[in-house]
Amino acid sequence: MDGDTAARTNVIRVDLQLVADMVAARSRVLDVGCGDGALLDYLIHFKQVDGRGVELSQAGVNACVRHGLSVIQGDADTDLKDYPSDAFDYVILSQTLQATRDPRIVLRQLVRIGHRAIVSFSNFGFWRVRWHLAWHGRMPVAEARGLYWYDTPNIHPCTITDFVDLCRELDIAIESGLALDRRGRTRRLNSPGFFANLFGEQAVFLLRRP
Amino acid sequence: MAQLQPRHHNLHLPGVTLPGHRFAIGAETPLRLDCGASLSRLDIAYQTYGQLNADRSNAILVCHALSGDQFVMERHPVTGREGWWENMVGPGLTLDTDRYFVICANVVGGCMGTTGPSDIDPATGKPYGLAFPLITIADMVRAQKLLIDHLGIESLFCVTGGSMGGMQALQWAVSYPERVFTCVPIAAAARHSAQNIAFHEVGRQAIMADPDWCGGDYLAHDKRPRRGLAVARMAAHITYLSEATLHRKFGRNLQDRREVAYGFDADFQVESYLRHQGSAFVERFDANSYLYITRAMDYFDLASEHGGLLANAFRGTKSRFCVISFTSDWLFPTTQSREVVHALNAVAANVSFVEIATDKGHDAFLLDVPEFFATFSGFLNGAAEHRGVK
Repeated sequence: MDGDTAARTNVIRVDLQLVADMVAARSRVLDVGCGDGALLDYLIHFKQVDGRGVELSQAGVNACVRHGLSVIQGDADTDLKDYPSDAFDYVILSQTLQATRDPRIVLRQLVRIGHRAIVSFSNFGFWRVRWHLAWHGRMPVAEARGLYWYDTPNIHPCTITDFVDLCRELDIAIESGLALDRRGRTRRLNSPGFFANLFGEQAVFLLRRP
Repeated sequence: MAQLQPRHHNLHLPGVTLPGHRFAIGAETPLRLDCGASLSRLDIAYQTYGQLNADRSNAILVCHALSGDQFVMERHPVTGREGWWENMVGPGLTLDTDRYFVICANVVGGCMGTTGPSDIDPATGKPYGLAFPLITIADMVRAQKLLIDHLGIESLFCVTGGSMGGMQALQWAVSYPERVFTCVPIAAAARHSAQNIAFHEVGRQAIMADPDWCGGDYLAHDKRPRRGLAVARMAAHITYLSEATLHRKFGRNLQDRREVAYGFDADFQVESYLRHQGSAFVERFDANSYLYITRAMDYFDLASEHGGLLANAFRGTKSRFCVISFTSDWLFPTTQSREVVHALNAVAANVSFVEIATDKGHDAFLLDVPEFFATFSGFLNGAAEHRGVK
């Protein structure tokens, strides 16, 4: 690729890879909640997209810009309204929906700004989560980050079924969906049902305006 | 039309000839100004560092701030101090002169070689004084564009600067979007705020209240409004710092004494420091230039000529932007940078925005702030990769 290959890898987190696979090469992409820019960097260098990012934490923004990514500090809840309609081919919201104050407004903005939106989240209907709450009587702890209920930024967790219902209510079309189980196997969510909601740990949806 | 020639020094210091390049624009191509007047004779003094590459794709235009000049990374010919951006521009630094060709020109209306109010008015044979036409940030950029044409550079890899330099960078992106590959406005804004205008007015009134200003005609009277200009600089200098910086540097420490002297001498170190800033400034800056350049900043409002909507100024831009602000800058606070970012978002422009945490105030863009250098370098590296600049 270039001289920076030492710092660049074509291996990204499995859920990010699922998102990346939904993006067409050489498209225009806005990654909302882009974190340290891993997905954006991958998309720019391996799918040649014209990519931009928005990130809430200033430290994350500075890290992205230091790596040559076009990222601004911003809040999904308040700043998406500034973008014109149809400005991007894809607007990505990866592992961020649960942290927004009003997921409905954010989802509407995503499909307004982008021809397509890609949304991924951890499924609260996953059997381990249910088990944890049912058996231990405690809120599940996000294993990846070890965050307890009082310090997780995720104030609006949802299940796959909840999400599908909300899309229907908002009149947002689901083009495709994938559930990812604990072993990294994917399951197509053509008709997201009981089993997907039980065994999918992560979910990724490709959305558009109807 | 374009020629290099030696020229006298605007400040009329005996025995001092300014080094560097000159580009002279003659009467056949007068520079038309926003105020309606035009300059029939314009000299532009500029410096360059590094080498222009074969496809002329590595040029960076650095725009200086109100009291800056073209001596970016070399000993200043008047003050003998190091260049104002020596920590930014140079071999291996953020604006790497082993890689980029860096250009900086003294602004129109300035006093370091480019035509300004202390120069001779060809119409009268005497110094312009207040007969010099009012200039704007857009006029400064128009003049720079003529220089860039003269240097044969089709597209600037980057236009950057802090404070008023950032205003010029933004103006470049609006006036000549196809000539700007990346634009990096630092500690700047798309318009001068009421507070900023207010501080400038204090400075101008101090100059004009000095009897030695002589209605702007001081050169003809062989005088200079030193006290007025020094007070203007002192007031302005406070706005470039932060309370935290002043406290850290000086606190309530006394100057060369154990207790207060019950008088109006500089009892406190902070007073002594400001007096020094004021008196040093008058040795290198022309009072009328100060009036004209502060006015140009006051008039700056990018949205006003675009129906009041800043986003319209940037519509269709292909340039890549990196807007940088500093947390403790209360003169050009982050909110004003954010307005620029929002406008750029509204036209889906390619924009990065970083706010750097520092307690050094507005002047942070001149100081050693590693996070600032790192993000600026990263942005430039990304853009250079995109453009194929080695």
